[in-house]
Amino acid sequence: MKISNLTKDRIREFLAEGKRFDGRKPLDFRKIEIETGVSKFAEGSVRVKIGDTEVVAGVKLDVTEPYPDSEDEGTLITTVELLPLSSPKYEPGPPRIEAIELARIVDRGIRESGLIDFSKLCIEKGEKVYGVFVDIYSINDAGNLIDASCLAAVSALQIARMPKYDAKKEKVKHGEFTSETLPLTKAAPITVTFYKIGNKILVDPTEEEDEASDGRVSIALSKKTGKKEDILINAVQKGKTGTFKEEELFKIIDLAVEKAEELEEAIKIK
Amino acid sequence: MSVDKKTVKQKSEETETEKIEVKRKITIPGEKIVSGRDFLPGEGTIREGEDIVARRFGLADISGRLVKIIPLSGTYIPRTGNIVIGRVEDVTFNGWIIDLKAPYSSFLSLSECSRYIKGDLTEYYNIGDILVCKVFSIRNKSIDLTIKGRGLGKLERGQIIYINSNKVPRVIGREGSMIRIIKQETGCEITVGQNGVVWILGNKIEDELRAKEAISFIVSKSYIEGLTDKVQDFFKNKKEEK
Amino acid sequence: MTYTKRLDGRKFDETREIEAKVGVVKNADGSALFRFGDTIAIAAVYGPKALHPQHLRDPERCVLRCNYDMLSFSVAERKKPGPTRRSQEISKVTEWALSPVIDLENYSNTVIDVHITVLQANASTRCAGINAAAMALANAGVSMKELVSSVSIGKIDRKKVVDLSKEEEDYEEGEGATDIPLGFTKSGDICLMQLDGKIRAEELKEVIRTGKKACKEIYEIQKKALEAVGEEI
Repeated sequence: MKISNLTKDRIREFLAEGKRFDGRKPLDFRKIEIETGVSKFAEGSVRVKIGDTEVVAGVKLDVTEPYPDSEDEGTLITTVELLPLSSPKYEPGPPRIEAIELARIVDRGIRESGLIDFSKLCIEKGEKVYGVFVDIYSINDAGNLIDASCLAAVSALQIARMPKYDAKKEKVKHGEFTSETLPLTKAAPITVTFYKIGNKILVDPTEEEDEASDGRVSIALSKKTGKKEDILINAVQKGKTGTFKEEELFKIIDLAVEKAEELEEAIKIK
Repeated sequence: MSVDKKTVKQKSEETETEKIEVKRKITIPGEKIVSGRDFLPGEGTIREGEDIVARRFGLADISGRLVKIIPLSGTYIPRTGNIVIGRVEDVTFNGWIIDLKAPYSSFLSLSECSRYIKGDLTEYYNIGDILVCKVFSIRNKSIDLTIKGRGLGKLERGQIIYINSNKVPRVIGREGSMIRIIKQETGCEITVGQNGVVWILGNKIEDELRAKEAISFIVSKSYIEGLTDKVQDFFKNKKEEK
Repeated sequence: MTYTKRLDGRKFDETREIEAKVGVVKNADGSALFRFGDTIAIAAVYGPKALHPQHLRDPERCVLRCNYDMLSFSVAERKKPGPTRRSQEISKVTEWALSPVIDLENYSNTVIDVHITVLQANASTRCAGINAAAMALANAGVSMKELVSSVSIGKIDRKKVVDLSKEEEDYEEGEGATDIPLGFTKSGDICLMQLDGKIRAEELKEVIRTGKKACKEIYEIQKKALEAVGEEI
């Protein structure tokens, strides 16, 4: 059922007192769980749960041609599929705009943070490089797929291992892995999306809260050297039709830095 | 399959007649519940020769000669007379299309409205409004609703939660006993639609949250014995937590 | 006979390790997971619910829509996301396998959506999918006659085996591998049968008998998984 007028109003009334329907405070995340190795044929795969929201992400590598303007660098392709099994609102068919936008947000965060050292993914300059494929699927959509997807993508990359390479055939040995991890830097991006309901800001919305909100801003941050002083914002996406006042956005930027630190502490890889 | 029979002494607030209740067993479609020509196949069951066989997943319940399945899951199938809570999806020239979370569309006709309606229908009930209605007839799988009657009408304020419609009888309790406990303990106004849509309005946020928790508790423990006691314990523990 | 011992050491009539669990997707009306060894499938059921657009509705019965797909990283060589001709065919045979047991006439003008996703693939994916889907339909409270159970039977060279692994599918010596996915209703009717390879008529009859027996064992596991819901109530 779509959200009702009275629920929308009630959400705002609760928020005015700093409360939410599930007892959380506006800036509280639900419980985050990360499980690794959910699909053994992937170079790396991860299941992330934020509350009841569940996504799985997998990393696969293959040999591909480099882009003409970066002949000695590997490539990255990020895909998101909002599976019909994860919510009654998704129908089978080609990716909807929500899936496309989500994939691009995740991709920008990873690319701009410099997490992957693409120069180390070159096999033969101008001819062959490793293409990294990150595929994310929703398994249960209970709100906040953006943060869950970004977290899943980065975690999957962090635990992934390089596949074995057959130098003679110049092909990847599919399904056979080395113990070597992917060439990654310390700059793991963390994305936090802030939602606006009325004039209150909150994070990690349930589906209802998302429906009740007018605007959202996703911010991806990373620390190149792993040190707090070096924190940088790598990607921003404002979504939905509502607008933000300057003070609201400045507050969100500060909160993003704070929240990214908190999330880093909270993430425990099982 | 042998049938365990035990006589359960009911609580004083429940009816005086003693029921021979069977320890309810989860049964899957296609499995035999009992054998015997004396038994009558009730809801969710079918007779196959000597046997009464389950046709739906749920708890097998044998009361006297009647064998039925108490469903634990499944979408709401409307019945005439049900009090339901729905959301206005659209407004037409002569009524409102209501979403009841049912597989069929529902319509509240102007003629089933108690007020004298003049002019723009949206001034009375608009898209997004929540209404308590009664299912007045079901024809060709489309549902006709009425809003004429005591306790029916538009709901204001409060919040809506969703539970599986099969759990509604447990949340309401025998003759409303369970829902009364929740209302008393939290001071909330609560209306439970047969379609699993529940409206809660409390004076304080904490009261609404506690009512929701109590309902979730009942839904998760719907078929254990002594649920009424456990719900009372639930509220006692909540008070001690403070 | 070249195939005297199974590649993974199993007995010829032994399935891989099976895992069955119900209620794995919270949003769904019913859901389940089914695993044969390294093949894992999850199924989620939504419905019966309203079917839009109206012209697709059937006034006599419910429309059953099955949608099978595999995660891109469920296989060793990445599968590009999106439907393929193979996944569309599997979706259809799945629909045909499940339809006979569902009381479709009870839900006219509506739709029941069955979504199957393969999380990890090592042969017999459609069988795992059907097993998960049957449990998910029951879990969703859909009125149905009984469950459906499915397994792949193989003829590896001249040997009959239960629950082929991918390695066995790729066997090339002797008469090679013939893969036969089968599905049976609980009462023993065949609702799924496909074959590709080379097999004699009498061998095929043997295969069907073997499949029926194996499915009886699988049924008991599906039943247990559904009954386990009772422990949480």
